[in-house]
Amino acid sequence: MASHDAHAHGHHEDHHHHEEHFISKYIFSQDHKMIGKQFLMTAVFMGLVAMMLSILFRIQIAWPGESSDFLSFFLGEKWAPNGVLKEDMYLGLVTIHGTIMVFFLLTGGLSGTFSNILIPLQLGARDMASGFLNMLSFWGFALSSIIMLISLFVESGPAMAGWTVYPPLSALPQAVSGSGLGMTLWLVSMTIFIASSLIGSLNYIVTIINLRTKGMTMSRMPLTIWAFFVTAILGVLSFPVLLSAALLLMMDRLMGTSFYLSDIIVGGEMLTNHGGSPILYQHLFWFLGHPEVYIVLLPALGLSSEIIATNSRKPIFGYKAMIGSILAIGFLSFIVWGHHMFVTGMNPFLGSVFVFTTLLIAIPSAVKVFNYITTLWKGSLVLTPAMLFAIGLVSTFITGGVTGIILADSALDIMLHDTYFVVAHFHIVMGMSAVFGMFAGVYHWFPKMFGRMMNTRLGYAHFWVTLVGAYGVFFPMHFVGLAGAPRRYYDYSSYSEFDNNSFELMVDLNQIITAFAIIAAVGQVLFLFNFFYSIFRGPKAPQNPWNSTTLEWTTPVEHIHGNWPGELPTVHRWPYDYSKPGAASDFITQITPLEEGEEEH
Amino acid sequence: MENKLIILLVIVLGAIAIAQLVRIYEISSKLRKTGEHEISNRDNNLNGRMMFIFMLLLFGFFIYLMQAYGWTGRGSAASDEGVEMDWLLNLNFVIIIAIFFFTNFLLFYFTWKYVKKPGVPAYYYPHNNKLELIWTIVPAVVLAVIIILGLQTWSHLSGPSKPEAEKIELFSKQFDWTARYSGADNTLGLYDYKLTLDNNELALLTSNTIDSALNNMFNSSTGIRSLQKLLNNRDTIFSDSTLNVLKMDLSRKERLYRFLTQMKENHNPKLDASAWDDIIQKDTLYLCKGQEYEIALRAKDVIHSAYFPHFRAQMNTVPGMATRMKFTPNKTTKEMRQEKNDENFNYVLMCNKICGGAHYKMKMIVVVLDKPAYKKWMDAKKKMTFKDQYFPVAATTPAASADTTAVTMN
Repeated sequence: MASHDAHAHGHHEDHHHHEEHFISKYIFSQDHKMIGKQFLMTAVFMGLVAMMLSILFRIQIAWPGESSDFLSFFLGEKWAPNGVLKEDMYLGLVTIHGTIMVFFLLTGGLSGTFSNILIPLQLGARDMASGFLNMLSFWGFALSSIIMLISLFVESGPAMAGWTVYPPLSALPQAVSGSGLGMTLWLVSMTIFIASSLIGSLNYIVTIINLRTKGMTMSRMPLTIWAFFVTAILGVLSFPVLLSAALLLMMDRLMGTSFYLSDIIVGGEMLTNHGGSPILYQHLFWFLGHPEVYIVLLPALGLSSEIIATNSRKPIFGYKAMIGSILAIGFLSFIVWGHHMFVTGMNPFLGSVFVFTTLLIAIPSAVKVFNYITTLWKGSLVLTPAMLFAIGLVSTFITGGVTGIILADSALDIMLHDTYFVVAHFHIVMGMSAVFGMFAGVYHWFPKMFGRMMNTRLGYAHFWVTLVGAYGVFFPMHFVGLAGAPRRYYDYSSYSEFDNNSFELMVDLNQIITAFAIIAAVGQVLFLFNFFYSIFRGPKAPQNPWNSTTLEWTTPVEHIHGNWPGELPTVHRWPYDYSKPGAASDFITQITPLEEGEEEH
Repeated sequence: MENKLIILLVIVLGAIAIAQLVRIYEISSKLRKTGEHEISNRDNNLNGRMMFIFMLLLFGFFIYLMQAYGWTGRGSAASDEGVEMDWLLNLNFVIIIAIFFFTNFLLFYFTWKYVKKPGVPAYYYPHNNKLELIWTIVPAVVLAVIIILGLQTWSHLSGPSKPEAEKIELFSKQFDWTARYSGADNTLGLYDYKLTLDNNELALLTSNTIDSALNNMFNSSTGIRSLQKLLNNRDTIFSDSTLNVLKMDLSRKERLYRFLTQMKENHNPKLDASAWDDIIQKDTLYLCKGQEYEIALRAKDVIHSAYFPHFRAQMNTVPGMATRMKFTPNKTTKEMRQEKNDENFNYVLMCNKICGGAHYKMKMIVVVLDKPAYKKWMDAKKKMTFKDQYFPVAATTPAASADTTAVTMN
C-alpha cells in the first residue's frame, strides 16, 4: 500500500524534534498506544461502576426487604427508601450492569484496549492505518460511556428492560418508568457506541491487512492478531444490525411507527399500533447478540494463547488448528442466534436448525481447549500472574462451555430458559473468561503499556481472590437455576407460598453467592491499587521481561511515535519458537533470521 | 445516620488499608533481589500446588452442591413431557460432568506437574495431526448423539397435541394471569384486543361485545362524543400541548372506532357461541391429571412468559402474536405433596420474562386434581360461563344495538 510508506515516514521523521503538547499527547492523542490506554482506563472505570451496581442488587437478592444502609447510602431516599431497594430500580441496576459489562467493559476494554496496543506493535507497523479515526473511535466510546452513566441519574430512572431491552417493555414508558428518558439515553448511548466500535473495527481490519511489516505473512501472525482480526470482522458485520434494531425501536418510541408493536393495551390506553412484531426485534438483536459473545471472547482467547505459549516456554500446540477454530467459531457465531429464542414461539423446525448449528460450535471450542492443555503438557511453566489468569480462563471456558451444551438443546432449554442456570452459564463462559483474559492481558503487557512492572505478589493475591470469589459466585447459581428460579426477580420470597424446600434452597444459595460477590469485589482493590500505583512507582521494565518472541518486545521501553527508531523490523519466522531444539536460548525472536539449515515451522 | 458514619469509617479504614498496601508493595519490591518479571522457583511451585489444591476444592464444592441441591432443587417432573425431558437432562449432565472433571483435571494437573524445574527444558511439540483429529472427531461423535436425542425430544414436545387435548388459554398482563377454559365445545372463542372493556377483559369476540365496545368508544366519559364536545367548546382555551394531546387522543379513538365498525360489518354471529360458553378463571388454574392440555397464550401489554417449573413447560406470550404449548400433568397436587413431604406445596405458573416492576410477583397457583374431582369442579364452573357472568340477558342472535349510523365523524 503506497500510503503506508508515506504515513510511516511522516511519523518517523517527526519523533526526533517534536515535543508534544499535553492535550495532543494525553487527550486527543492519535497514537495507538495512548488510545489503547485510554480505552483501558475508561473500561476499568466503567467495569467498577457495573460491579458496584451488581453488589447493590445482590444485597437485595440475598436479604430481600431488609433495610440496608449501604443501599440508602448509594441510592438515597428516592430509590432506596429506608434502605430498601425499589423494584423499578432493581431492574434498572440489573439492566445497566449487564449493558456496561457486555459492551463497555468487555467489548471496549478487551477489543478496544488490546487491538489498539497490540496490532501495530505485533505486526511491525508505525501506527494504525488511520490515527484520526482511531481517536474518533475512542472519543465515541468515551461519549457513549458518559451518556450511559448519566442515564443512571435521570429522574424516571435508567433503562429497566434488561440489557437486551426487548420491546414492547422498552418501547412503552407506561409499562415501566425506565422506558422513558432512561431508555432514550440508553439508545443514544448505544448508537454512539456502535458507531465508535465500527470505526475501530474497520481500522483494525485495514491495519492487519495492509500494514504488516516485511516478512509478516498472515501465517506468521501471533494468535492475538488472528483473534482481533476475526473479532473486528464480526463487529463490522453484526453491529450495524444492532444499530438498525435500535433505530427502529427509537422510531417506535418517538415517531409512532409499529415495527415492534401490535395490539397493545398498556396503562389503560388502547394503542392503535398493529402489524408489528416484538420477535423481529429479538431476531435483529440476537443477530448481533450472539456474535457479540465471541467479540468478547475471541480477544480473550487470543491473549491467553500468547500468554500460555510464552509462559509454558513451548509453541502453542496446533497453531493452524487454533486459527482454524477461530475462523470456524467466527463463522458459526452468525448462524446460531436463534438459540436465544427457542421459547418465543419461533417455528419448531427453525429451532431444530439452530440446535444443530449451535452444538457445532462446541467442536472448535473443544479443539481450542485440548490445544491449550497440550501446550501446558511437558512445558516449563512460569506461573506469572498473567499465566495464572490465562489458565483460569481455560478452566472457566470449560466449566461455562459445557453447560452451553445443555442450553443449546432446545428441548432442555424449555425448562432452563431465563432461569439462573443461564445466568450462571454466560457469566462463567463469557464474563469470567473474558475478564480473566483481560486481567491476563493487563498483567502481561503492562510493561509494554507503561514501561514499568506491576507487583507480582499483589498480582498473585488478586488472582486467588478473584478465582475463588468468581467461582464462588457463579457455581452455586447453576443450582438456583436448576431449582427453577427465574432471573431478574427482585425477590424470591413468593416461593415460600408454594414450595418451601425451593425457597430455603434459594435463600441459602443466594446468601452464599452475595458473600462471595462481596469478597471478589473487595479483592479488586488489590488490582486497582497495583495498577495505578505501578504506573507511577513500579520498577522500570526491562526490554523483554517475559522472554517473548513477538515484535512488541523489540520496541524501546520508552514509548516513541512510530514505535521503532530507525527501520521497521523484518520478520523471519513464526511467533512460537520457544525451546526449539538446537537453539541456544529457549526463545528465538521473530526478527532472528533462520540459521543455515534450520527449518521454519 | 450513625450507620452512614460507619460507612464513612469503613471508607477511611479502606484508605488506611491502601496505605498499608503501599508499604507492603515498597518493602516487597525492595526485598526482591530480582525484577518483578523473574518468578522464583518458590513462587512457581507454591502457585502450581495451589492450583492443584484449588481444583480439588472446586470438585469438592461441586460434589457438595450436587448432593445438597442438585437433584432436589425442583423435585421430580410432574408431567409426561417433563419426565422425558428430565431423562434427557440427566443424560446430558452425565456427559458434561464427565467432560468437566476430565478437562479441568488435565488443566490443573499439568499446571502443577509441569511447573518450571531448573535445568529441565520444555518439550518442543508444535503439532500432531493425529491427536488433533482425535479431539475433533470424538467431540463431534458425542455431539451427534446429543443432537439426535435432543431433536427427537424436541419434536415430541413442540409437535401438535392430540385431538382430544383440552384447550385452554392463558392471558397475561402486568402483573397477573387469567385462564380461559374452552367450555363444552372445546373451542376457544375468538378475540380482538380492541374489544377490551371492564366486562370483557379478555376481549372476546361476539356481536354483543362489539356493540359494547362501539358504544363505549363513542359514548363513554372519555369517548369520542365528549372529546369532540370538549374540543368544540368555544369557551374553553387549552394550551397547545393539551390541545395536541386531546387531538391525538381523538384521532386514535376515531381510528379504533372505524376498525370496530368494520369488525361489526364483517362479523359472523355464528361464531358467538364458541365464546359464550368459555369459562374465565382467575387466581387458581385447575388441571386434570392425565389430561393433555393444548394451551394458547396471549399478552395484553408486553412480553411475558408462561413458565410452569414443575411441568417443565415454558413459552413466551407475545402481544399481537399467538403462541402455544402443551403438556400432560401426571401427578395430582396431593400426590406431589406426599412425595415432597410438604403439606403446603403447590404447583405454580410464573412469569419468566422481565415485564416491569412487579414482574417477580406475577404468578398463578396451579392445582392438579384427579379425574372425578376435576369433573366436579368443571361441572360447577360450566354454570358460570362468560355469557352467564357478563351478558346474562344477551340473546344468542345479535340484539338491536346502539344507533351507530347516526354517528358522523368530525
